Amino acid sequence: MTLDMLAMQAFTGVSIFTILMLMALGLAIVFGLMGVINMAHGELMAMGAYASYGTAYFFQQYLPEWMDAYIFVGIALAFVVTSIFGYLLERGLIRFLYQRPLDTLLATWGISLILQQCYRQFINPREVEVPTVSWLRGAWQVTEGVSLPLSRIFIICLAIVTAVLVYLLLYRTRSGILIRAVTQNRAMAGAAGINTKHVDAYTFALGCGLAGIAGSSFTMLASTGPTTGQQYIVDTFIVVVFGGVESLIGTAASAFIIGQLQSWFEFGMSGSMARASILVLVIVVLYFRPNGLFATKVRR
Amino acid sequence: MMADGVPLERAGKAAAADLHDRGIWIGRAGLAILAVLLFAVVPLTLDVFRLGLAAKYLSLAFCAVGIVLIWGYGGILSLGQGVFFGLGSYMMAMFLKLESTSADSSAQALSSFFGSNLPDFMVWNSVETLPWWWEPFHYVWFTIPAILLLPPLLAFGFGYAIFRKRVGGVYFSIITLSLSAIMSIMIIGQQGVTGGVNGINDFRTFMGIDLNTDEAKRAMYFVTCALLLMCVVAGSFILKSRLGKVLVAIRDREDRVRFSGYDPALYKAFIFAVAAFFSSLGGAMFTIQVGLASPSLVSIVPSVEMVIYAAVGGRLSLIGAVYGAVLVGAAKTLFSENFVEYWMYFIGGLFVFVVMFLPHGLAGLLERIRGYRTILPKPFKSPDIERGGVGK
Repeated sequence: MTLDMLAMQAFTGVSIFTILMLMALGLAIVFGLMGVINMAHGELMAMGAYASYGTAYFFQQYLPEWMDAYIFVGIALAFVVTSIFGYLLERGLIRFLYQRPLDTLLATWGISLILQQCYRQFINPREVEVPTVSWLRGAWQVTEGVSLPLSRIFIICLAIVTAVLVYLLLYRTRSGILIRAVTQNRAMAGAAGINTKHVDAYTFALGCGLAGIAGSSFTMLASTGPTTGQQYIVDTFIVVVFGGVESLIGTAASAFIIGQLQSWFEFGMSGSMARASILVLVIVVLYFRPNGLFATKVRR
Repeated sequence: MMADGVPLERAGKAAAADLHDRGIWIGRAGLAILAVLLFAVVPLTLDVFRLGLAAKYLSLAFCAVGIVLIWGYGGILSLGQGVFFGLGSYMMAMFLKLESTSADSSAQALSSFFGSNLPDFMVWNSVETLPWWWEPFHYVWFTIPAILLLPPLLAFGFGYAIFRKRVGGVYFSIITLSLSAIMSIMIIGQQGVTGGVNGINDFRTFMGIDLNTDEAKRAMYFVTCALLLMCVVAGSFILKSRLGKVLVAIRDREDRVRFSGYDPALYKAFIFAVAAFFSSLGGAMFTIQVGLASPSLVSIVPSVEMVIYAAVGGRLSLIGAVYGAVLVGAAKTLFSENFVEYWMYFIGGLFVFVVMFLPHGLAGLLERIRGYRTILPKPFKSPDIERGGVGK
């Protein structure tokens, strides 16, 4: 294996890592912090992707001269749309089921099926493609044998920016303190005068919005179809569980490990076998560390 | 039916005994009604095609009965029952495929070329020798014990290892969900030896009996019903035994059971193995009747769908699970024949509706109408389940 191939391989790993991290960030908040199993998380990503697709379509039709900038509008819109949906979902369904985590799983699975059919019926039963903006076409030719696709570099930047923003929001702002207070000790937070129901709804909406951003960035790599979300949901949960819930750093680290593994395994075997072996590996690791790789020790 | 828990302490001993008797009688009456429906009403009113559909749903009902045991009474939500269903289904399919291949003259012509009889899909995928793990499925004396023993043993080993590490709740659900994902990825990926997306199909005979005759189909329907009722009876026997009481205690307060000197992992693994046994049996009956083993019955979607069968029927009712499976299955057929695009809305809405408004399913509804609400204790208001504390 030459040095060039090594570099390309590492870059692919980093790229998968950032994609997984984008997918898992929202779930790390919804599942990791709040303890809600949202099986519709994948469909929320698809919703973000469709929001991006709609934006691209709108710009193509009415503002062709601004087409190069649509991507930022698309990402913002994806965040807004999915977080509004998330807010309504929390108010309308999730909040009744906080005491019953397994039932939440089933109810949100139902939501995911309904959303899939909505996409199929009202948007497009087939997969849709979003045009790549001109400044993301092509690749950055580092050396003779190493060329890095610009769209993947953009996603890497987007993932880093998003992760940093989420970190700052959670650990450096007043809202972040409220979120952490409520998720760590609901009763005490309520006693201290925090409106815990409000905080729940906004936290959930934030997690869903992040799924929207992830979905929107996927449109740069692959087409979006009604069942796109379902393909990602297991991987996303595995990343969060592997890293250890209640730990954002753990989520990032586990996304990195799984991303690198995926990239190297795919080098040696078929894509589907690589996926299966990674899942097996994760289950084995979870057997030895049931609370994930980076779980903080909690006495119960 | 169970008769324990807080309401009984209040009701007093006499009332408790009364309720207990009533519970048993309702259980027996329910079983009798189900038996009459399955053995008399359904076969007399449906033609062979519809009877085949009913048999298909009843094969899935095996899984639902198992899910009632592990989820309703054990508090463990497994989203991997499709794996065990698939194991039973594929083992049966391998046997049937080998039998029909050895009877097929065109395959025999090829066998002189390859040195052994190869199933058609292997020839298409240019696999030249039968994989070693296919070999034992030439023999019925291996296949049937394998269907009955292998999945429960695997489930017990896996379950005991996982439960001993105290992985529970939603973690277990996610791990079993990824098991279903792994299984379907492997089957689809290894097309040459598993049949891939198309699965294994085109069977002719089972131990020399032609599977495609009406008589054979009717006979298989009755065998399925008998096995299913045996599973229901076995399940209620387990629940009535001391083992069943320990199981419910584990569901409600695992720590206390552990402090009392029991090993919860052993009990949970046992019930998980029982559910796997039922699922595998259902898978085998499915394949022999529908004539197909397919990855689409193994993956995530069917595994989660099996849970809704149990939820619709009532997560605490073994008999309800049978009705749940048949009703949801019949609804699926009805929708796919008339307005296929609304099926997903229906099943999705059903998930939400049952969880929100009918947590005890149809069985719970019936109990409520009759005013026997006290018989069903609330399973999920356990003080252990606190918000945010997903992992135990």
